Amino acid sequence: MSTGNMNLTLKIWRQKNNKAKGNLVDYKISEISPDMSFLEMFDVLNEQLINKGEEPVVFDHDCREGICGACSMYINGRPHGPKEGITTCQLHMRSFKDGDTIVVEPWRAKAFPVIKDLTVDRTAFDRIIAAGGFISVNTGNAQDANALPIPKFQADLAFEAAACIGCGACVATCKNASAMLFTSAKISQLALLPQGQPERYRRVQSMVAQMDAEGFGNCTNTGACEAECPKGISLENIARMNRDFYSAKFVSEEEV
Amino acid sequence: MADFNANIPEGELTVKWTKLRSSMPLVNPANKRSIEIVVVGSGLAGASAAATLAEMGYKVKCFCFQDSPRRAHSIAAQGGINAAKNYQNDGDSVYRLFYDTIKGGDYRAREANVHRLAEVSANIIDQCVAQGVPLAREYGGLLDNRSFGGTQVQRTFYAAGQTGQQLLLGAYSALERQIGMGKVEMFTRHEMLEVVKIEGKARGIIARNLITGELERHFGHAVLLGTGGYGNVFYLSTNAMGSNVTAAWKAHKKGAFFGNPCFTQIHPTCIPVSGDHQSKLTLMSESLRNDGRIWVPKKKDDQRKATDIPEDERDYYLERRYPAFGNLVPRDVASRAAKERCDAGYGVGVSKLAVYLDFKANTERYGRIEASVHNIHNPDKETCMRLGRDVIKEKYGNLFDMYKQITGEDPYDLPMRIYPAVHYTMGGLWVDYNLMTTVPGLYALGEANFSDHGANRLGASALMQGLADGYFVIPYTIGSYISKELATKAIPLDHPAFVEAEASVKAILDKFISIKGSKSVDFFHKKLGKIMWEKCGMARNAKGLSEAIVEIQQLRKEFWSDLRVPGSIDEFNPELEKAGRVADFIELGELMCIDALNRNESCGGHFREEYQTEEGEALRDDENYAYVSAWEYKDDVKFELHKEELKFENIKIAQRSYK
Repeated sequence: MSTGNMNLTLKIWRQKNNKAKGNLVDYKISEISPDMSFLEMFDVLNEQLINKGEEPVVFDHDCREGICGACSMYINGRPHGPKEGITTCQLHMRSFKDGDTIVVEPWRAKAFPVIKDLTVDRTAFDRIIAAGGFISVNTGNAQDANALPIPKFQADLAFEAAACIGCGACVATCKNASAMLFTSAKISQLALLPQGQPERYRRVQSMVAQMDAEGFGNCTNTGACEAECPKGISLENIARMNRDFYSAKFVSEEEV
Repeated sequence: MADFNANIPEGELTVKWTKLRSSMPLVNPANKRSIEIVVVGSGLAGASAAATLAEMGYKVKCFCFQDSPRRAHSIAAQGGINAAKNYQNDGDSVYRLFYDTIKGGDYRAREANVHRLAEVSANIIDQCVAQGVPLAREYGGLLDNRSFGGTQVQRTFYAAGQTGQQLLLGAYSALERQIGMGKVEMFTRHEMLEVVKIEGKARGIIARNLITGELERHFGHAVLLGTGGYGNVFYLSTNAMGSNVTAAWKAHKKGAFFGNPCFTQIHPTCIPVSGDHQSKLTLMSESLRNDGRIWVPKKKDDQRKATDIPEDERDYYLERRYPAFGNLVPRDVASRAAKERCDAGYGVGVSKLAVYLDFKANTERYGRIEASVHNIHNPDKETCMRLGRDVIKEKYGNLFDMYKQITGEDPYDLPMRIYPAVHYTMGGLWVDYNLMTTVPGLYALGEANFSDHGANRLGASALMQGLADGYFVIPYTIGSYISKELATKAIPLDHPAFVEAEASVKAILDKFISIKGSKSVDFFHKKLGKIMWEKCGMARNAKGLSEAIVEIQQLRKEFWSDLRVPGSIDEFNPELEKAGRVADFIELGELMCIDALNRNESCGGHFREEYQTEEGEALRDDENYAYVSAWEYKDDVKFELHKEELKFENIKIAQRSYK
């Protein structure tokens, strides 16, 4: 069993609730093992805080294997920390050095209000999906799955777009707090598949309208979202969404 | 005693479901609009049930403790979902899936339920594809399949190593569609803390708004629990940190029997524990066993690097012991075999509690095929490995990356080190054929119930069961109860039963805060986990279990007198949430040990050391233990056993062999 010898200084955003004013608070932590995950380091910190009679740091986390999309820490100015292609829970302490100072903040965006400490409200994403991120098929209406062959490359592209875990790193890193990568990933997944065609133009209009209503910013093509996405969702999805959005104005007779 | 009848329909096995479905009482659309249904949990079972019931016209309220229904732990399932489609033309059929599942469960599941599961399996794939779930395809555009343990056909559908994610997002989309239309009211960051019973029937729940701490009363003509399994009773498991037994345990304490609590699945291929700080274990999908070979060195305590150990000094122990199924034996068998090797001193890695999962042979084989496709004749080994690596990457890339992230080792160069870990619980709330618990109007779906997997679940069957229950079973079976409830008006929330239930929940929460002891919730959770893993884990015996029961009772006393929960009950307080869950895990842990001690046989994941064959295989006792143990809660953490006899009329019950 590994024992740790890393000593670190943490600067963590503490905020009592969504009305309170928050600030960065310094914590010293020692005997951290490089094999620990970043969140396990937080577990150690919280255990120490509880034992000292202080309030532990509240943060979102659940699966701790990079798939549920709950964890959301802004570490040293980058969502999910310094490594690419992973979530906060997959970040390990071996990515840091003994003596490091680590700044940890919540996602910051108008549409993601802070609930407490490092936890934010991301229900805006659910409302964007509820506005059209689906295929309207009731249970029991489906034909045989193989009655509809789909070319592999197309199915693979749809799958790549569908890999989004809805963590919100794209919004957190964007200087405009834009949710275009998230929204376009779902729009692309469904637009690339034959099952998604009947509602294709209706979908893009409703989802974009909801995205705007939630207060997310616009896209200025800096590409930070793609660079920080733990699942490598491509900017091409935004291009595809924009294409469909403008096409909808001309092609679709449907008013949404 | 509560109604304890499995309500299995009469008639031939193959027509039971069809006949029941067509004779089930219907509820007319106008009446459905005034019927309210509470669904707790938004994973595969909960989300699919909530969406489907709303499509049918019921008024649905759905609750999850996560910040979004999309985060339910179903999302983490990696490998795949079974369906009897026979797309590969390899002799699969509904009967074969039924047979494999009953045999895989070591003859401790209900025939009628399992057959129904196999029957609806094909509909699930159709439904998911129609929703736009991007399952893996072949170049011809048709769906691809792979093999999983315990079967000799290819019936597993998948989406790379993210099958659960894609299926859950499909169900989540369907659910969000209903939310958008106002047919489902969604309550995120809400935890159910009590079932409200009125005149013997489930009539609603008490839920806590986790952000404000407020307790809320919600009425329902029926209450559905799709709240998952209880693997976190072991502290370390592949479950998400929030996965818990609380909803099911509250139901149990309100009269719902708990079925086969000791049936736990230990998954053979997980990343080994690296230290005391460990908070969870990560699974490496069983699908890897399609292409990986499991081995340990033939020499004890071999210090050489894996790649330096020559072929003839490796013991491919699964292939040696089980030539017919080899690396694809069921999970319980593979887990025990790994434990046996490590206990005997052949384990690898620093802790010596690991075995190798090696992809080299298949990488080379795939490379040879690729070389041939690219017209490279007589390719050298290096070329094969290079080309094969790309194939492996396409199949399992995300899993390999995950492994590297966690261990710091590259599995393309070195074999993975793996060890068994708690993964799934076959036990759960006892339900009848209609998925109703012993409390009328209270249902349990998916992993939260006990019904389909017997003593061991086959790989890729959990997703199948969750979606079968939610999409295709409950929407029909609930009709037989609801059709008799049409005259019931919504019960006002100031009914004494609601008031009393809320007061009892508040009393418990207040108690947690007021103990002001010296130990954190995690301290107790870790301690419980250690007792459970050592004495009620992969191998159990009467002595250990009896000791465990005493230790857990002691731990419970300590918990209620020395717990420290910071903060207050009227705020966002994750420590308070954990306290409630661990309190329930402690009581459940005791019941699991009692159940394991009662079952004097070995079957599936339940291995009692006293009952094994000369070759170390599980030894069942069909004469005395071919029953479901259904435990009734008595006051003050006491339990009474009821037995549901299992009748095997269509399958010849036999010693399970994978040799």
